[in-house]
Amino acid sequence: MPAKKLNLRKRYGLLTRGMGWETTHQKMDDVFPYDSFEGIKITDWDKWEDPFRLTMDAYWKFQAEKEKKLYAVIDSFAQNNGQTNLADASYLSAIKLFITGVTPIEYAAHRGFAHLGRHFRGDGARIACQMQAIDELRHQQTQVHTISHYNKHFNGLHDPFHQFDRVWYLSVPKSFSEDALSSGPFEFITSISFAFEYVLTNLLFVPFMSGAAYNGDMATVTFGFSAQSDESRHMTLGLEIIKFMLEQHEDNLPIVQRWMDKHFWRAYRLLALVAAMQDYMLTNSPMSWKEAWDVYFVENGGALFEDLSRYGLKMPKYHELATAEADHISHQIWSVFCSLGNATGFHTFLPTEEKMAWLSEKYPDTFDQYYRPRFEYWHQQQKDGTFEFQKGLPQLCQVCQIPMVFTEVQTDPMQISYRVTEHGGDKYHFCSDGCKDIFEHEPEKYVQAWLPVHQIYQGNCGGPTLPEVLEWYKFTPEDIGNYIGSQDHARWQEWTGEDKEVKQA
Amino acid sequence: MSDKKNTVFLILQDNDDARPIIESVEQDNPEATIQYQPGMVRMEAAGRLVVNRETVEENLGREWDVQELHLNLISLAGNVDEDDEKFELAWN
Repeated sequence: MPAKKLNLRKRYGLLTRGMGWETTHQKMDDVFPYDSFEGIKITDWDKWEDPFRLTMDAYWKFQAEKEKKLYAVIDSFAQNNGQTNLADASYLSAIKLFITGVTPIEYAAHRGFAHLGRHFRGDGARIACQMQAIDELRHQQTQVHTISHYNKHFNGLHDPFHQFDRVWYLSVPKSFSEDALSSGPFEFITSISFAFEYVLTNLLFVPFMSGAAYNGDMATVTFGFSAQSDESRHMTLGLEIIKFMLEQHEDNLPIVQRWMDKHFWRAYRLLALVAAMQDYMLTNSPMSWKEAWDVYFVENGGALFEDLSRYGLKMPKYHELATAEADHISHQIWSVFCSLGNATGFHTFLPTEEKMAWLSEKYPDTFDQYYRPRFEYWHQQQKDGTFEFQKGLPQLCQVCQIPMVFTEVQTDPMQISYRVTEHGGDKYHFCSDGCKDIFEHEPEKYVQAWLPVHQIYQGNCGGPTLPEVLEWYKFTPEDIGNYIGSQDHARWQEWTGEDKEVKQA
Repeated sequence: MSDKKNTVFLILQDNDDARPIIESVEQDNPEATIQYQPGMVRMEAAGRLVVNRETVEENLGREWDVQELHLNLISLAGNVDEDDEKFELAWN
């Protein structure tokens, strides 16, 4: 009679413990040189436990099954010309921003977790980080595979990794992930697993992916939800690591709180791009950014921090401001893109009447008052043939690297939020108190920021003129500018018929 | 703005694999609300939500490993407690 299968707890214990040992030829501190300089005190690594109790054998089995499901859909999508079922080809601007701005972060996360999978002293934590490193690589690869089908038919999808390292608005996600990667291992995992994945990633992968389904993009919703199934595990790891650090030593609390404050704000600023995707780039949006913020941050984050309050951890600093900004940021970011659409690797378009009616309904306190007039003005200019893209380059925030477009939403929503500080005889500019605080705590780190606008003016980006810079980005003239009149638009009309109503102005 | 304080939730893909799990959640968590959104199903409850292996097996008509939940999982909120019998989400 075969031996009875061990239960999950026992399997987990056997397959994640005793894989490491106390080293004798070399000092433990030399073998694990990175996990103590940040000041986090760990007395017992064995207290760390993965609540899913996932072991490598189960991991391979379930991941293989997920891959089979996903690739069956990708094949079927390609064979059946799934791209023709989109709500509108303008929707692909969101996918272009996704593959250039999000997919490379997945790869950066892979690098970070591979590093942690080697350098955490506890073997249980190392194994969880190794699995996550493989997950993140899988996400990057499946996103490239899925979206490569669109690359056969549409512009702007040809070189995301080259562009991630160079393009002005892609320095926002790049600087976020490099900030985390250049930290110590505990700060990295607090940033990526907790601040980004637990507190905020639902905002990207749940309503946006549901939006992909809503707009006929079967390929994206499938890779998105397939990635999200791993993400649930990552979120759980993020919460576990926070509790673990807080339970191990009381001295860890102020360090964790400061990281939480910093990386919440960093990740939240990055998600301003997602807010614009959600409200403007999705042809039809199932849920507004503000609604998503209320459900996934105010409600979910509220419950999370209520739970963590027993350790003394507080809601992240400036979370009230983030909630107040939920009425504004998508409109502000989309306005920036629309005014600089001659330098974006995706097409820009103004919201239609129908879209503006939806925005008025979803943003009753702000859209009609502050943002509708701007879009209507641009509509009129386009009609008159006087619309022009911005000629100058925007000032960037030294920390989040977003153009200075956010406003004083709590006092005067028409006033640009502008902060400045001095360091080493130079002035540095910020979009918010959140970004200024981050700089002032580690100025030596952020004075080194590679700010795309400064780099262009210093002559480091291909040349002094816009065409030279765009060529250096590997943007072709077909990638940029208005959607209406683009090759993408023309192709879409070929497929769907000239007389079909244009969904975007 | 929401004033809900201790919501836990479980979001699954809206597909055939998930249906018996959703039914089990409805049976075992009478307080839970189930929302269908494009491509996904969101189940939420105050404080606690549980998926029991036994109930899923009755609905599904075959043996079911709790870890199969991973295949169709989209997101969750709450502290996770998983073993051979159940998958539970709770805020303390």
